[in-house]
Amino acid sequence: MPVPEHRLGIDVGGTNTDAVIMDPADRVVAKAKVPCTPDITGGITKAIDTVLRAPGADPRRISHVMLGTTHATNAVLERRNLRRVAVIRIGGPATHSVRPMFGWPRDLTDTISVGTTIVDGGIEFDGRDLSPLDTDAIARFLGEVGGAAQGIVITSVFAPVSPRHELLAADIVKRELGEIHVSLSHEIGSIGLLERENATILNGALAGVARDVAEAMRAALAVHQLQPTRFFAQNDGTLMGLDHALRYPVLTIGSGPANSVRGAAFLTGSSDSLVIDVGGTSTDVGVLVNGFPRESSQGVEIGGIRTNFRMPDLVTMALGGGSVISSGPQGARIGPRSVGYLLEREALVFGGATPTLTDSAVAAGRAALGDVMPDGRHRQMLGEALARADVMLAEAIDRVKTSKEDRALVAVGGGSILVPDRIPGISEVIRPEHFDTANAVGAAIASVSGQVDRIFHVGEAGRQAMLDEACEEARERAVAAGADPRTVQIVEREEIPLAYLTNPAIRVRAKAAGALGGLPEHQLEANLSRQVRLAGAADQVAESP
Amino acid sequence: MKRVLDPDSLRALSRGCAVLGAGGGGDAHVTLLQALQATEDFGPVRLVDLDELPDDALIMPCAGIGATTVILEKFENGDEGVRLLEQLQFMTGRRVAALMAIEIGGGNGLLPITWAARIGLPVVDADGIGRAFPEVPQVTMHLAGIPASPAVMTDERGNMVVFRTISGDWMERLARAAAVEFGGAASSTEFSLTAAQARGATVRNSVSKAIRIGEALAGATSSPVAALIAEMGAFQLVTGKVLDVERHTTSGFVRGSVVIEGLGEDAGRLIRLELQNENLVALERGRVLASVPDLITVLDSETADAIATEVLRYGQRVTVIAFACDPVWRTERGIAVAGPQAFGYDFEYLPVEELAYASA
Repeated sequence: MPVPEHRLGIDVGGTNTDAVIMDPADRVVAKAKVPCTPDITGGITKAIDTVLRAPGADPRRISHVMLGTTHATNAVLERRNLRRVAVIRIGGPATHSVRPMFGWPRDLTDTISVGTTIVDGGIEFDGRDLSPLDTDAIARFLGEVGGAAQGIVITSVFAPVSPRHELLAADIVKRELGEIHVSLSHEIGSIGLLERENATILNGALAGVARDVAEAMRAALAVHQLQPTRFFAQNDGTLMGLDHALRYPVLTIGSGPANSVRGAAFLTGSSDSLVIDVGGTSTDVGVLVNGFPRESSQGVEIGGIRTNFRMPDLVTMALGGGSVISSGPQGARIGPRSVGYLLEREALVFGGATPTLTDSAVAAGRAALGDVMPDGRHRQMLGEALARADVMLAEAIDRVKTSKEDRALVAVGGGSILVPDRIPGISEVIRPEHFDTANAVGAAIASVSGQVDRIFHVGEAGRQAMLDEACEEARERAVAAGADPRTVQIVEREEIPLAYLTNPAIRVRAKAAGALGGLPEHQLEANLSRQVRLAGAADQVAESP
Repeated sequence: MKRVLDPDSLRALSRGCAVLGAGGGGDAHVTLLQALQATEDFGPVRLVDLDELPDDALIMPCAGIGATTVILEKFENGDEGVRLLEQLQFMTGRRVAALMAIEIGGGNGLLPITWAARIGLPVVDADGIGRAFPEVPQVTMHLAGIPASPAVMTDERGNMVVFRTISGDWMERLARAAAVEFGGAASSTEFSLTAAQARGATVRNSVSKAIRIGEALAGATSSPVAALIAEMGAFQLVTGKVLDVERHTTSGFVRGSVVIEGLGEDAGRLIRLELQNENLVALERGRVLASVPDLITVLDSETADAIATEVLRYGQRVTVIAFACDPVWRTERGIAVAGPQAFGYDFEYLPVEELAYASA
């Protein structure tokens, strides 16, 4: 039997589900792109089937599968397949002035919540108890609402300083309700109680969605007698193991764009680049810094809910290959509607009746696609629309650029035929091989990470000891998530002193990343050298004055 | 009565307070939610002018004290204001007629509304700074000779401390130490005063001003930054990108600097902001563009929302504006308490408009 060492990367987007198989030398040996289905699982099954039957694929050698998806976001937006949860906040008598889920859209609260409570307990910033944990109140609350809940969500004040009250509460849940999905905030978010609590509630609600995706993936692979190790991609473009993803599905919520930025960079061999990903419906422009997508400085809103997730810092536009062109009073209009996965039926070049940006690109000679050349009566409108799209793309790219010097731009995604070769401020447009499945490549090459965001006290041990402790913890978390301990390195480190306090305390964020565990030796070597390079870059960032 | 503070005006107030925070004063989002919940549960709060109150009406100034990061995790129970009010009334033997923000800038600007909703009293259209400053004595009441004592501090558990100190500096020292013991943050009242005193010892109409700023942002159709600058008569110092952020702690305060690289029309310029919780000074090639006590605020170039010093990060697209502080801070005593030299600089204060004309 051959050594199993191929990786299958899958990306479920809004329009298509992409899949690639990569060999130990990080070469793409097979790929597939299939339209999404209304229920996410059909697309995953079809993509897996198609790629495993593609020429070049050797299914028996597949050892790992990595999946990235924006599906969790859509489930929240569409209020679909969400579980009902009971929400416990540990922090009384503090924090009663803003109750859990205050300010959420009413219909989402009604869909998700079976009840919320604030019980006494929680931690102070210096690690003391805020007040003793009211275990009786937790048991009483579970008795009242536990029967209706499909999951329990627990958030303690300053859980990032110490999770002990969350863990005690989880024990009570187990005692009272037995096996039930429990979401603990310290595993999910960082400092910022309300935002972390919100993210933890969404996590509980998304547990069913994650199970469905995991089950579809397992079933599709089982048909081919495959049982590879399964991973999910997360917001920063790194991987977590299946167990972790089932417990913490909300961490996958921004993985789609992160994968395409990383995949694009990988395909061009760069760890710092500008990337544009044009899909069927939308376009993302992002930047890769030291091998990871640059993160947004503030937490993101998911379906109107404020969270403290750091997501890839992207400029996103409703503009893609399937964007519908219409004529308006000020000339051609682009979108916002897209024909999406029906492009090959609706677009003019495929014999359809709907003018799209893909038709514009073909008419302008930027791509050869389909079998019908758009006729004269559409020509002017298509040309106007493309000129307008060029301006929108150029503006988006300029907003993302970090210096005024000309930079190279990597163009990926099925709709990237729209991207012109000449763009102001861009020295060259690079269109790598496999540009149309860069996101699936990004999933397949991803490393495994662990992250810490905590408040530390600069005691006798001093600042360096504290930083070391944070980095060690991030390393341990990466290993727990499935990274090979030999390759784990610190890739990001940030310290923020706390304002208006007399005794020194510092908030430290540290991220460690390493190669996937269980890979063959020579691949570890390659990954290790990549990690070392990244780590060196991280030190420079952290220590520059 | 000037107006009833409905949810829309509270949202506008929150954005305005962030702009007047000049980078500090703490996150206004949690205090906005507190105010929204309190007014939903207990009814709306009235905003009144100082002239509507009798001369001897007692005003209770309100403030949170402590680490702004702590408040992101551990915020109030909601009863703190009630306890402080009862204690203040007990000590003075008088009934409180209205509440007032000590500091309009940042989260503290909304705090009195949460308390007032529960207590059932109005909030006055004034505050004690007109912006945010880090230290207890850096308030207009102090400039006017009104003592901070008696001050009361409480926590969410119901612990309470009364301070009677011989000076504002002692108040600063003892209050900050107590706040640390309370868990890094606490709620307090100090500088209590009558309406007659307040008319000459506060920054008036600052709540209305903050609401107007927020409304200008919300109503702007094309450029929120331009709308804000027009509303405030502010000076735009630079539009660009955060190139570098450096922070360190010195004796309890976060000091540091931020470098902003100009973009577009400002391409090639490098502006350096020095900060101590708030933005203190804006420099370009060693030349001062603006300094305390005038306000320097970093805005998101797109939304014009103010960005606090703690969340400034590399790569952010920002516009830096500066605008005049309340005239009381430009008096000799005001400059001594909160001018450049009070923050350890050796240059003389010049008003932002003079600096702007000099460089134009």
